[in-house]
Amino acid sequence: MKRQVPLLITFFVGTLLIVSIFSPATENLGEEFSVFFDVIAVFAFFLGGGNLLRVHLTKISRKREDWVYSVVTLVGFIVMLWAGLFKIGNEGGIAASVTEESSLFGMVFYSVLIPLQSTMYSLLAFFIASASYRAFRAKNREATILLVAAFIILLGRTAFGTMLTSWMPPSLSLAEIPNLAIWIMNSPNLAGQRAIMIGIGLGVVSMSLRIILGVERTYLGDDGK
Amino acid sequence: MMFDSPMLLLLTAGSGATVGTYIGLAIIVLGLLALLYTSIKAIEVDRRIVFLFIFVAVSIPILFPITFEEKATPVVKRIFDKIESLPEGSRILLSFDFDPAMAPEVQPMADAVMRHALAKNHRVIFMSLWATGQGLLDRTMQRILPNEFPDKVDGVDFASVGYTAGNEGVLNVIVSDFKKMFPSDANSIPLDSLPVFNRFSSCKDLDLVVTFGGGKPGAKEWVLFVGDKANVPVAVGVAAVVAPQMYPYFPNQVLGIMGGIKGAAEYESELIKHYPQFAEQPTPGMVMMGPQTLAHIVIIAFIVFGNVAYFFGRRREEKP
Repeated sequence: MKRQVPLLITFFVGTLLIVSIFSPATENLGEEFSVFFDVIAVFAFFLGGGNLLRVHLTKISRKREDWVYSVVTLVGFIVMLWAGLFKIGNEGGIAASVTEESSLFGMVFYSVLIPLQSTMYSLLAFFIASASYRAFRAKNREATILLVAAFIILLGRTAFGTMLTSWMPPSLSLAEIPNLAIWIMNSPNLAGQRAIMIGIGLGVVSMSLRIILGVERTYLGDDGK
Repeated sequence: MMFDSPMLLLLTAGSGATVGTYIGLAIIVLGLLALLYTSIKAIEVDRRIVFLFIFVAVSIPILFPITFEEKATPVVKRIFDKIESLPEGSRILLSFDFDPAMAPEVQPMADAVMRHALAKNHRVIFMSLWATGQGLLDRTMQRILPNEFPDKVDGVDFASVGYTAGNEGVLNVIVSDFKKMFPSDANSIPLDSLPVFNRFSSCKDLDLVVTFGGGKPGAKEWVLFVGDKANVPVAVGVAAVVAPQMYPYFPNQVLGIMGGIKGAAEYESELIKHYPQFAEQPTPGMVMMGPQTLAHIVIIAFIVFGNVAYFFGRRREEKP
């Protein structure tokens, strides 16, 4: 019974949502279920918060490796939750936007989170450069094609690329580096992306059917056993 | 060795180059030539040296800004032309679906499109599918609206409904009933009392959607859940790494694509060309093209060095 009820709910909701796409009579059902989904999504925040507390409190109490970072995580979580829920320092009061710049939440968001996340992302530039140096080697024909495409795209994304071929007459505009970069994106890349998308789409259909029909049960936990 | 000569880049077309820029570039060029010499001797470059060069290449244009003339490519120009061709008072929805990590790439295009839409006297609705997007949206509005559009009235010319949880579930609802998901704006004022939402019930009443982001939910979800279902044109501004994934939707399902800093710079240049009043405003996209250009040239140089070292190393191994 513990397993049959979730399986039945999944089968019922899944089938209904598929039907709602194709039948005008049940068109609104999809929208109604989306509202349910949004309500559940809000509860997921509680679940996520609770899980975060549980995992990190356990780590701190057992003094596991790097437990100090868990303290930082929990302090950050609790301070932001308190600042956001009660809108501490908001000039506009409780009705104002949570990210108002005068508020504590806004201050931490703009002065800590934004610089930290931007810094983490910008570090990618260093790793991409190092990876490109090591990976783009003309070892065989395929690697050479990849190398040439990378050259054109890299140049095409800069003003330098535009300048290099700007002397070309309009009749040869297709050979200009920015246009070559667009061609690579619009033709070979497009073909590859479409193939991947179709593959993913078929995979999603297949996996969805397995879940709806109760063949795939890992989402129930304990590998569905 | 053209790729080893970023100096050429500035001598020929860069503007605003200073003595500091030239000195910095000379250091890079000399360093790269030295590395080319070591590569010919089949010696691999240590990754810390690669990091150092990237650091210098990015730092110089930040310390001594240089800008380049940009020309909008057709994929970007289509977005500009669409906003330009819509009659005044058209409803445009701008969705800030990104976080601070993506902001350096995506924020410049959001700024430019926002300026363009408001300058054309369109009615603009702002929202976010990302919790972190609302903060960035609020800050953008506070930064641009009072200073550049003091005559625009909140609720009449524009409105922000902020963020709501639910990812693509939100889109699935607002495509047929906007107020079901957003009964009030970000300041808790009911949408029914705001003139900007007069005779507006769902996304079907929008004239254009422009989404800025690069993650999920984002551009793809807007196309699948809103663009296709409501038959609304969707334009996207995405991080450079995501742009290739959007091309399968272009041009039928996606009106235009702004990809990364280059896309932002192209839109900014087009905006300034048509609206010279914005020439005095910051153009972060065009400014950041300096570091991007130099970093790309350095990466290209390192790829060349890698291959030189590889071939000379192989030749040495083949020798008896």
